[in-house]
Amino acid sequence: MMLERLTQSFGPSGREKEITQVISEYVTPFSDEVYTDALGNLIAHKKGNGKKIMLAAHMDEIGVAVTYIDEKGFLRFSKIGGLYQRRLLNRRVRFSNGFTGVIDTEENNKDYNIQKMYIDIGATDREQAEKMVSVGDMAVFEGEYKEEYGVIISKALDNRAGCYILIKVLEQIKSENDIYFCFTSQEEVGLRGAKAAAYSVNPEYALAVDVTDTGDTPNCPKMAVNLGGGAAVKVMDRSVITNPDVRIKLIELAKKNNIPYQLEIMTDGGTDAGAIHTSREGVKTGGVSVPTRYIHSPSEMVSKKDLEACIKLIKAFCESNL
Amino acid sequence: MFLKKLCEFDCVSGNEKAVRDYIRNEIYQYADEIVIDSIGNLIVKRTGVSSKKTVMLDAHTDEVGFIISGITDKGFLEFKTVGGIDTRVIISKRVRVGKNKIPGVIGIKAIHLLEKSERNEVPKIKSLYIDIGASSKEEAEKYVELGDYAAFDTEYEDLTDDLIKAKAIDDRAGCAILMELIKEKPKYDTYFCFSAQEEVGLRGAKIAVNRIKPDIALAIEATTSSDVAPSEEKDYVIRLGNGAAVSFADGATIASEEFYKKLLSVAEEEGIKAQTKAAITGGNDAGAIHLAQGGIKCATISVPCRYIHSPAGIASKADIDSVKQLAGAFLRRIDEFY
Amino acid sequence: MKELIRKLSELRGISGSEYRISDEIINQFKAVSDEVYKDNLGNVIAVKKCKKGNAPRIMIEAHMDEIGLMVRDIDENGFIGFVNIGGVDGRILPGGEVIIHGLRDVKGVIGAKPPHLQTADEAKTALKMSDMVIDTGLTSEQIREIVSVGDTITVKGDFRELLSDNVTGKSLDDRAGIAALIKTFEMISGKELNADIYAVAAVCEEVGGRGAAVAGYSIKPDIAIAIDVTHGVTPDNSKNGFELGSGVAIAKGPNLHPLVVDRLLGIAKEKDIKYTIEVEGGDTGTDAWILQVVDEGIPTALLSIPLRYMHTTVETLNIKDAEAISKLLAEFCLRIDDNMEEWLCF
Repeated sequence: MMLERLTQSFGPSGREKEITQVISEYVTPFSDEVYTDALGNLIAHKKGNGKKIMLAAHMDEIGVAVTYIDEKGFLRFSKIGGLYQRRLLNRRVRFSNGFTGVIDTEENNKDYNIQKMYIDIGATDREQAEKMVSVGDMAVFEGEYKEEYGVIISKALDNRAGCYILIKVLEQIKSENDIYFCFTSQEEVGLRGAKAAAYSVNPEYALAVDVTDTGDTPNCPKMAVNLGGGAAVKVMDRSVITNPDVRIKLIELAKKNNIPYQLEIMTDGGTDAGAIHTSREGVKTGGVSVPTRYIHSPSEMVSKKDLEACIKLIKAFCESNL
Repeated sequence: MFLKKLCEFDCVSGNEKAVRDYIRNEIYQYADEIVIDSIGNLIVKRTGVSSKKTVMLDAHTDEVGFIISGITDKGFLEFKTVGGIDTRVIISKRVRVGKNKIPGVIGIKAIHLLEKSERNEVPKIKSLYIDIGASSKEEAEKYVELGDYAAFDTEYEDLTDDLIKAKAIDDRAGCAILMELIKEKPKYDTYFCFSAQEEVGLRGAKIAVNRIKPDIALAIEATTSSDVAPSEEKDYVIRLGNGAAVSFADGATIASEEFYKKLLSVAEEEGIKAQTKAAITGGNDAGAIHLAQGGIKCATISVPCRYIHSPAGIASKADIDSVKQLAGAFLRRIDEFY
Repeated sequence: MKELIRKLSELRGISGSEYRISDEIINQFKAVSDEVYKDNLGNVIAVKKCKKGNAPRIMIEAHMDEIGLMVRDIDENGFIGFVNIGGVDGRILPGGEVIIHGLRDVKGVIGAKPPHLQTADEAKTALKMSDMVIDTGLTSEQIREIVSVGDTITVKGDFRELLSDNVTGKSLDDRAGIAALIKTFEMISGKELNADIYAVAAVCEEVGGRGAAVAGYSIKPDIAIAIDVTHGVTPDNSKNGFELGSGVAIAKGPNLHPLVVDRLLGIAKEKDIKYTIEVEGGDTGTDAWILQVVDEGIPTALLSIPLRYMHTTVETLNIKDAEAISKLLAEFCLRIDDNMEEWLCF
């Protein structure tokens, strides 16, 4: 199944080769051209004579990078993207060559200092470890894909869920508009891929498709987004306040087509929309997000209904008269 | 050797004119085109055998330091830091202030006068001042005006046959390397960019790259070598004397796997000492360059330097030579990097 | 100037919702400009053209957005939870009056858990914004008909004249700057120009210079001068501030082009325009920081109006300082000559 394959593919920020390969398989049959750029963005272009629209979903995931291998074969590491250091212990990580490691820490690491943590890949000594991994190699969380009762649990739903949505939109769309489906790189380390992609695509309109938090778990910070409550139309996050015209258009389309939607105010974190809307002479940018619980954990959770709503809404936007 | 001369300029971010003029005069003869832009980048083009491609080499001219923000009634100078400086390394150090390099010291209340509880405290930067010996505000104003820069007053010295001690090795070492590399005619049009204002946020490179529009770029930097007694080996990041440091990632850039691994393999083939910089910290001009335009291939090679951003850094001449060799090999074998 | 500042400061448009106020700002500029338009992000750009072709372009810029709040959620009792847009100090909010801009404007008061229900420790610490709510007196059903998540909220803060040409109000940061731009255009009207002058009322400064970035890119000016506010001297801030009435604060440091700064200083001295010097070692925290590195780079300067109690409902400044900025800007624009490229060269 497509989403399972997408979530389980390897692709920490800056090392998106494997996930790029997988996505290009899916998008190539439906695109007029598919290419990658110097930052590792994968761009599928569906040509049209109408407005130029950029859809952006980042394909990278958070991870770790090896910085040191000690004489006993234990690895030290840095984080790639926003990891919760308190939740790292005994997590499994997987390298691109398939080796698995376990994260643990030295004693007395009360403040969860990452410099005191290590990855155990089961090597007996440095020599053996160096045959398995090198300094600079990256690894990602392990987190199996499960689907039941309309809910999906997996690693990397942030933001392979967004990639899935873009692919589905591309498959189904019938539009006169000139649409660039951008699977962006390096979002988790600072919206880097989208910045370059927005510059080269130079669109009039853009939608960033990403995950967002929910406000429906026990005693969590308040937020008017619920799992299963529909596509989240982004109002703001810390990188963007969305364009009012785009936002209103999305809401109107949702109402008209009976697509469930909710309004998203996300107070921590940013999205590709932040990098896109200030590109060149400014881009009218909005966002459609998938309500997601436990973001940046190996067990992120989304609702299938929400995915469907996002697909419908984005498709409607791209097919509309802008 | 350019390095000694380069390290003795007082050119804090925003005040790079002196070192820029020196570099321009030294390499004038090799330049096919010279631009000094609005932020003070010195961009020198050397036309290649072919103009099919455009290559950018970057080193920054600025150093960390201070800027005078006030003069007290008694003639002491208030200052702000320019670039990232650890307050603990500036106390009780000598500085030179302004165009006329007025000598001054960063004083601190004598230990005898401190409460016991104050002895372990790091003083706030706002409580420190520069003393130029002026007896009054009026006298100080004769020598210094608001907005004047101040830089560390440190001599360049050879510590051993290989090791040097100086301020501003970050990144005058890179400038020295570019000044050597420009002497050889490159395969493709190559821009040697001596960038301003790296230390306050990669500001010069950010705009230079939009003028140059390269297909590929290499930043030549100096980077922290933590291989000093109090650190654990796992935190060394790189070691002095182990050669050119190639970054797989830092705080501002993740290098493409092909690019940084190619640099390491070229080093091995050419017998150049090189090591992987093993920490995702810091950031340099590559961070600004690789995001520009529609994205630009960019990597970083660095000179290991102990006690970076302090009055006195230590670096190895052999390492500097390794960086130069590797950057030279990059230019010679440029086609292999595309 | 006073009337203009009053009028502009009473407009209500937080970052991202400047469309609520841009028509009024366009109106103000129309009388004194050759052309006024809005760009993709909603920046208002007013142009005064000189008669020459290929003339240099000077951009003078202030931001029109204000900090504020946004509806995060509405609970079953009709209380409204909110988030900040821009650097809002949570300490100034409890007990404050606000206006929620829903389908129509709704008045509200910011409330929190009453003091006698708090523990002694709780009472000592500042309230978190996430623990405050807005009370409109309406029921959940009633409020939901008018207000929805994402609607913007502004603080009340009536404009008042104080002693010695000082005025107080909300959003003087940076509507006073916009007023200075409009006055500058008035002053250069009918005079001979050697440059095209672009006045930009920028959006989204309070959330990170987002408007300035794209305005700088599309205008590609030869020089940009940002107008903003800087901290005024108060009893609890004497060292890092400027006296109200001390004139325009001209910034120096890596962010600013030294030769543009020199020229501004020269004009101020010659024309007897009151000024002080403000030094910043790096980021000035203004649109100047953004403009300097747009595209291939823009020689940039920063002029500031001293302002007390920044980002509160009682921002206070001196009208004469805003006037000083207009005088300096007008003179700078009028004196752009054919030698500009030369004197701008390092």
